[in-house]
Amino acid sequence: MNIQTPVNEVRELHFDRFSSSDSLAKAAEQARKRNYQDFLIVDVDSHHYESESYAEVFKYIESPVLRRSFVESAGRGGRSSMLGGSVGYQDISGRITRHWLRKHEKVEGTSHRDIVTTKRWMDAMGVDYACLFPTPMLFLGTHPQVEIEVALSRAYNRWLCEQILAEEPRIVSMLYLPFNDPEATYQMVKDFGDKKGVVGFMVTAPRYKPVHDNAYMKTYALLEEIGKPISFHAAYNWNDQSLTLLNRFISVHALGFMWFNMVHMTNWVVNGIPERFPKLKVMWIESGLTWAYSLMQRLDHSYLMRTSDCPSLKRKPSEYMREMYFSSQPMEMPDDPSILEATFKMINAETQLVWSSDYPHWDFDLPGVIYDLPFLNEQSKRNILGGNAAKLFGLDPTPVKNIPGTMPR
Amino acid sequence: MPEIFVVKAADFGEGDRRIVRVGEKEIGVFHHEGAYYAYANQCVHSGGPACEGVMIHKVLDVIGADRTYQGQVFSDEMHFVCPWHGYEYELKTGVCAGDRNLRLKKYDVVRRGDDIYVIA
Repeated sequence: MNIQTPVNEVRELHFDRFSSSDSLAKAAEQARKRNYQDFLIVDVDSHHYESESYAEVFKYIESPVLRRSFVESAGRGGRSSMLGGSVGYQDISGRITRHWLRKHEKVEGTSHRDIVTTKRWMDAMGVDYACLFPTPMLFLGTHPQVEIEVALSRAYNRWLCEQILAEEPRIVSMLYLPFNDPEATYQMVKDFGDKKGVVGFMVTAPRYKPVHDNAYMKTYALLEEIGKPISFHAAYNWNDQSLTLLNRFISVHALGFMWFNMVHMTNWVVNGIPERFPKLKVMWIESGLTWAYSLMQRLDHSYLMRTSDCPSLKRKPSEYMREMYFSSQPMEMPDDPSILEATFKMINAETQLVWSSDYPHWDFDLPGVIYDLPFLNEQSKRNILGGNAAKLFGLDPTPVKNIPGTMPR
Repeated sequence: MPEIFVVKAADFGEGDRRIVRVGEKEIGVFHHEGAYYAYANQCVHSGGPACEGVMIHKVLDVIGADRTYQGQVFSDEMHFVCPWHGYEYELKTGVCAGDRNLRLKKYDVVRRGDDIYVIA
């Protein structure tokens, strides 16, 4: 018998404590083993819970009348309010513990809580720059009052620029566009396009305005002129007529996050937007990759028979799609890696794929989903994990992260 | 294989857990219904702390004799859930609930007097 005592460490679990760094200790271990400190990693899609800062955000509502309504509404707690909730149990009925433990995370110092906690998970994963998006506002595009979408998005963007982006150079964002109001959308780009940390603009995909409407052309022209990308961030709307047929969240998540981006992409390509704005950079966020692989083939197949339906096109639909950017998460992992390799080839991943974590949401990805792929060489891995996004966003490629357990920079 | 002291049995009540670090390895040790179980604290999915999540009974669909759906119930089988993404494991076997070809590495646990050891 060989009894060792004492041991290196024995610890208990505490469900009344939480730290982003501790909960991702194993991610930091992966980061150290893979030498992420040696190269740039950019996360093009991560989140915070802006609703936790609504007391600050609402102060930025421009209309005094609406501002009062928002503030009063927030005080009513769970009862009916100015903002709709979204049906959905993303935390798998409490199984994803960080969703309910995060309230215990302690933050000291004068920096905003969202800056501190965001940098903690960024460093643990080995991320240098994170593009930060809101969470509940992903569903704001289905709000029945257009003026509410405009008011809240302008307030949120001003708050984000002044309180977060101006203070922390490692956090950037593609700002929310109030797409249900084309004129306000244009004005948002005009007003915020040159703010520090604004690397593009984002349309939340669940909505019912066609992207090819003439009303948007001047916004696309402006974005093309200033050289900043437009992105479409997927989400779901369980109240969408087709999706109401689904009875489980797994179903509405699997289909909903693809559905709206497939609709917008189809309209974007078939109506020849890439021909009209050849230098406008476009990114599709959080639909995984298989939808693009599928849609390219579907559209190409029909295009050759129905070119008269899309006379603006000078090439096959897939050729335009292959020039767009795709965020990786949630990256499907087929049992046969050759299927994933074919998907990468189809979307020209070497230059067009940009890694994203979606942290802290339930299905987040670590950089390892790219770094551990057997069919990529080291340079391709580094392009997808950071190089492609750095070029797109104009970021300095020098790593700036501090992975726990490595020498501080 | 060395035996690693985990905890005094008197301090390890029903439903308790301990995480033991041995060099680079981490092992989750569980006390459930009078028995002890131990597994690698590393999820087969993306390496998360599989043994540190909630413990929850397996969920079952209730299908009637006429093959109609009659709702859902918790079964008697206990699972533990990786807190990163929700991969569920059977507490008594370490088998992944979603793919029985996947399982966590299992370790033996022994009790000597009032002391609990894991063999790692």
